[in-house]
Amino acid sequence: MPKKREINEYSTDPAAQQMLIRAEELGIETAFTRADKMVPCNIGAAGMCCKQCGMGPCRLTKSGEVGVCGATLDTMQARNLTRSIAAGSAAHSDHGRDMAFLLKATANGEAEGYTIQDIAKLHMVASYYKIPIDKRSPEEIANDLADLYISQFGQQRGEVVPAIRAPKKRQQIWREQNVIPRGVDREVVEALHRTHIGDDQDPEHILNHAIRTALADGWAGSMIATDISDILFGTPAPILGQANLGVIKEDMVNVVVHGHEPSLSEMIVAASQTPEIIEYAKAAGAKGVNLSGICCTANEILMRQGVPAAGNFLHQELAILTGAVEAMVVDVQCIMQALVGLAQNFHTKIITTSPKVKITGATHIEFDEHHALTVAKNILKVAIDNFKNREVSKIRIPQIKEDLIPGFSHEYINYMLGGSYRASFRPLNDAIMAGRIRGVAAIVGCNNPRSSQDYLHNKVVRELLKNDVLVVQTGCGAIASAKLGLMLGEAGLSEVGSGLREVCETIGIPPVLHMGSCVDNTRILTVLTQMVEEGGLGDDIDQIPAVGLAPEWMSEKALAIATYCVASGAYVIFGGASPVSGMPDRVNDSDAVLKYISEGWEKIYGGKLEFIPDPQKMIEATLAHIDKKRAALGLPAWERDKFGRSGDLRMRELEKLPLAERREAIYGLAAD
Amino acid sequence: MSRYIATRAMRGANALVTEAELMLSRALKEKGADTPVSFPNTAYYLPTILGMTGKTIEKLGDLQPIIKYARDLLHPIPAFSKWTPYLGETLDSGMATLLAAETIEAVRFAYGLQPEPMPGFKLSGGTSFTSPENEGENLDGHLNGPIDDIQLRSWGIQLVDGRMPGFAAIVGCAKSNAVAVKIVRELQRRNILTFLCGNVNGRSIIHQLQEEGVELGYNTFTVPFGTDTISAIYALGFATRSALTFGGLKPGMSREILLYNKERVFAFVLALGEVDDLKYAAAAGAINFGFPVIADTVIPEILPTGVTTYEHVVSMPFNAIEGKDDLERAEQLVQKCIEVRGVKVKVSNVDVPVPYGSAFEGEVVRKTDLRVEFGGKHSRAFEFLQMAKLDEVTDGKIDVVGSDFSSIPPQGSMDMGIIIKVAGRQMQQDFEPVLERQVHYFVNGASGIQHVGQRDIAWIRISNAAADKGFSLESFGKILHARFHEDFGAIVDKVQVTIITEPTLHAEWLEKARVAYDFRNKRLADLTDNKVDEFYSCTLCQSFAPNHVCVVSPERLGLCGAYNWLDCKASFSINPTGPNQPIKLGKQLDDRKGYWQGTNDYANIGSHGVVQEVSMYSIMENPMTACGCFECIVMLIPEANGVMVVSREDTSMTPAGMTFSTLAGVAGGGMQTPGVMGVGKFYLISPKFISADGGFKRVVWMSSVLKQTMQDEFKAVCEREGDPDLLDRIADERNVTTVEDLLAWLEAHNHPAMAMEPMF
Repeated sequence: MPKKREINEYSTDPAAQQMLIRAEELGIETAFTRADKMVPCNIGAAGMCCKQCGMGPCRLTKSGEVGVCGATLDTMQARNLTRSIAAGSAAHSDHGRDMAFLLKATANGEAEGYTIQDIAKLHMVASYYKIPIDKRSPEEIANDLADLYISQFGQQRGEVVPAIRAPKKRQQIWREQNVIPRGVDREVVEALHRTHIGDDQDPEHILNHAIRTALADGWAGSMIATDISDILFGTPAPILGQANLGVIKEDMVNVVVHGHEPSLSEMIVAASQTPEIIEYAKAAGAKGVNLSGICCTANEILMRQGVPAAGNFLHQELAILTGAVEAMVVDVQCIMQALVGLAQNFHTKIITTSPKVKITGATHIEFDEHHALTVAKNILKVAIDNFKNREVSKIRIPQIKEDLIPGFSHEYINYMLGGSYRASFRPLNDAIMAGRIRGVAAIVGCNNPRSSQDYLHNKVVRELLKNDVLVVQTGCGAIASAKLGLMLGEAGLSEVGSGLREVCETIGIPPVLHMGSCVDNTRILTVLTQMVEEGGLGDDIDQIPAVGLAPEWMSEKALAIATYCVASGAYVIFGGASPVSGMPDRVNDSDAVLKYISEGWEKIYGGKLEFIPDPQKMIEATLAHIDKKRAALGLPAWERDKFGRSGDLRMRELEKLPLAERREAIYGLAAD
Repeated sequence: MSRYIATRAMRGANALVTEAELMLSRALKEKGADTPVSFPNTAYYLPTILGMTGKTIEKLGDLQPIIKYARDLLHPIPAFSKWTPYLGETLDSGMATLLAAETIEAVRFAYGLQPEPMPGFKLSGGTSFTSPENEGENLDGHLNGPIDDIQLRSWGIQLVDGRMPGFAAIVGCAKSNAVAVKIVRELQRRNILTFLCGNVNGRSIIHQLQEEGVELGYNTFTVPFGTDTISAIYALGFATRSALTFGGLKPGMSREILLYNKERVFAFVLALGEVDDLKYAAAAGAINFGFPVIADTVIPEILPTGVTTYEHVVSMPFNAIEGKDDLERAEQLVQKCIEVRGVKVKVSNVDVPVPYGSAFEGEVVRKTDLRVEFGGKHSRAFEFLQMAKLDEVTDGKIDVVGSDFSSIPPQGSMDMGIIIKVAGRQMQQDFEPVLERQVHYFVNGASGIQHVGQRDIAWIRISNAAADKGFSLESFGKILHARFHEDFGAIVDKVQVTIITEPTLHAEWLEKARVAYDFRNKRLADLTDNKVDEFYSCTLCQSFAPNHVCVVSPERLGLCGAYNWLDCKASFSINPTGPNQPIKLGKQLDDRKGYWQGTNDYANIGSHGVVQEVSMYSIMENPMTACGCFECIVMLIPEANGVMVVSREDTSMTPAGMTFSTLAGVAGGGMQTPGVMGVGKFYLISPKFISADGGFKRVVWMSSVLKQTMQDEFKAVCEREGDPDLLDRIADERNVTTVEDLLAWLEAHNHPAMAMEPMF
């Protein structure tokens, strides 16, 4: 019998709790309650079910049992995992492809409202590929770059070009394993082919291709997406932003953008600031248009424009429950079909915009980059027109929000460590080598209603900070930390170990760096590569004392990310359940694939993928791995409270003294 | 940074850039955009601006884009809460501060307000030499201002060989005069070049030291820049130029210049007394260079490393330093500075009653301060070092034979001889002159003692101050014993010193010494390139000039003038893996131009492939490269079919249309430029001096300072070349500064070069 959880077991976020109580009052279902009712299939969850053909589905629950075709359990698990990875890679990469087409259209003056905003980044990216820069207009360069990037998707032979940006030693490993993707689409297609009935039936061989497919995401599709987003919309730099449902404003037309791509949302931001739209909103009786975001669309415009984030994945329904959202504009990925039914309880319009995504019952206003600004204005007008339909009595906006400083692109991290003249990763590497920073953790990924929202994220983040582990985040994990104020400089003084505190105070950074959306995990790859190149932390990514974590993962994209990180040399820990867990206590060797993606991959790539549901164990494994890597590099063992003498504290205390005493304390008494 | 420092530095930077804007716009109005601006005697324009932006500033108007650029580097101060990061922004603001400070000093120069006037002040030593009639620039009534290129280059060899381990920029005012003196003495003792600037409430460490009678200037390694913080820019200008001069870096290679300083120039900022906004801002600028800041007051510390090699900002509140008194605290403070910068200091522990260190090498003992002198006009002093068998030398034994100087009246003189016996298993007779020449440096290191000359023309002075502290004849022995062990321990096991003032014995030993000097002269004259089968490499400068290699042969000494073939040989014995390695000559490829298989191979390896071939005897074909510490530059004057020789000390215009400083930019940095060569001045008198191109007869122009100081040597060369009047046929800056004048002069004086075959 499904067990219904208490409100505080659904989410640790007080704003979410208020909305869940509201949902209960209204008798409305949410993902939280549906998760209670929907018990996951335990055989499918363990990866022990194959439904690849019409002879099945085959469920292997006994030792030595095989499918109708004779497929063994480990073949099934490898196929299932590889298909998930292919889907995740496809999602990110298709996003990257659309960005490449947008860059091409912009370069040719065919994209209404778009311009090349970051010429420095354009030059830098072009120079990776030896695209000539001298005496050429940004548009000419962008056109060449767009052509090159577009070709990466359909390329049939050779290597995808961004792979050359990986450390030399890493490229060599990939070449030896023959896993450098030839072309993005080819690897995804081949993954589907190989996992079709009666094809590749050697689990390690299948998983080797999973690596290649994931690399097509991390070192091609996603990397292309990030590069082009920065070129078109500007490379992020720190900016003051806000997060949580309190950003929704009662007296304004609230438009929530949700999904993953920046192309339309950036245009909506631009359109919302035009006099035409402001006037239109005022005429409708509102003070203006208030934009906010959910999921990674939120992250994209938060990083660049400071547009507030209403919340992460599990906030999409809760935002509508405020009763104050005129329109939720969605593009692609992680959009719950439940939104449409939920919205029917309010005046909220769900507007789908992607040619790839329609949801039954939603309003569809298709986005077309050639008329983006016009489309954006139309969407906003629909929202404004809807303002009059609001039922004031239904409005419940939790007055909870927190400030944050997002915008830590790898370019800015490089700058912040040395300014325009001395930018480098040296201070970061130095801090790790000395032991002020014990190691780095990338804590990323989704929300999952099967665990308490944000609980795992925040538990792990807080504990690691106290252990002098610098945390970088993307995606929904980032918003979880933001909601707690961990992305403020102040947290760098109070929420961390003494060594990390010195580093945060020296640079002025939060202890948790928001690096962008989930497609921006490639920024983390770039940071790791630059750390290697700076020297002192070994000659490849797998030697850096760093761990990747996704405590509340749920999407196939997360599995793709995990796999390309492993292939890049990272130790990746997922919370929750493993899709290839098997049932080793009941079915012999049903965890062979589980072991292979850990120990087997580690032997080849130096990185491994593990699933650890218990947060405490997750923390212990993280610290143990970091300490192991420190020892292997010959770095001093981390010690608590070894550092921490520097900073402003002494000065601030002295400044409280009366002038004469302060003078004496600061300057001493001069004899002459 | 910390937010406190970031806030104050950004505020200071904003204020200074605004001040520079105002000053510049007033100057543009009052003097016009075409008014020339420059720092004296430098080929590097305004050096920090040149290095960081690549812009050559020649007129007031050129400064406008610089200030605009500086303004663009500024940032708003960090928010009180929910701040965005500030480290990179503060460093940028620091750079803006430096650009603004240099702009301000340049404008002040245009108004004649720099170097800063200070009535009654007298600098100890200057470099500028225009002609023998003019004893150089006026050293009275003003502070030093920026260091000129000549001084930079002459310090070059000391910076690169580690004798001068780094520099300290002191900003502010010490707790007391006594502390100020102690700090400077501690730095001098360690041979750390010290720059002085800034003030606290109007009072500067320069005032403090002046009141205490401490000599300030090039001679004492202690250079007073100015009494405001802005003049600290001269320290960064010096740092920038050292990268351009010795590092082969080009203007505008800002990142490389800054990293060069971080990695190779061991400098730090010592802030004494209150640190105000501007000092924080200037310190942020210095941190860009990798120079840490140490303060003797409470300021927030920044201990994580990275932009600098060790801690960025360290606070050592003076009264909290452990020590029984202020002087001990001052010593501790200096110790900490050295630690934070990682300066590699070699302190000589010499048991004499006066401070000791290379910083005192340049000290002058004036007639009025003189207690007693040995040598000079009225007496005879000599020094003589010989090797002996191990059992003939008692290590550490110091004898004084004859009376001491107590009976000599003040400012009087007496005869003295210093006889040094050394023994060691690795010692060779050839090393005797090498070691003997060190007496000059070793003795000079004592504060209040001046040593000039060598052999039997030595001239030593003891000041009243040194004599009052108890410096005696025996002290010379102690210095020599300690230093020979320290510097030459690998070849010297025992050192015994005898000081002779007793007249009969003095005469006897002088005679013996002269026999030995003669013998050595002959040996040296016999020691020619074709009599040895190995030359030596010298890569001493590679810490500064990474791709430069000197090939030192018996007839061609190193371009710095400090290392001849015997020195290198001795150095190799002392340190077999050191900077001087034997180069087996192997097959001679061209005896006229001086190519050997071995020298070519080595040049290629030593220069990391930059230089493929090197000719030992030609300036026209694959000439030897130079770091930046050369004593003179030899340069082709095509119209005259000959070469000119410009001395480092000569600031005047040459017929090539460039001063030494500008020429040096072409000659240095480890690049091979046919027709231009930096050389040691004693190479000029070698028979192998550009012998492939015609030798000394090719010299058509030469700085008069060289002609005068090496008159005797050149006379001998002219005899050798078969033209005894040749020296008089060579033009100099007193009569020729253009090619036209030069050609007329050569014609009028019938210079042989005109009739020689074309040089190319």
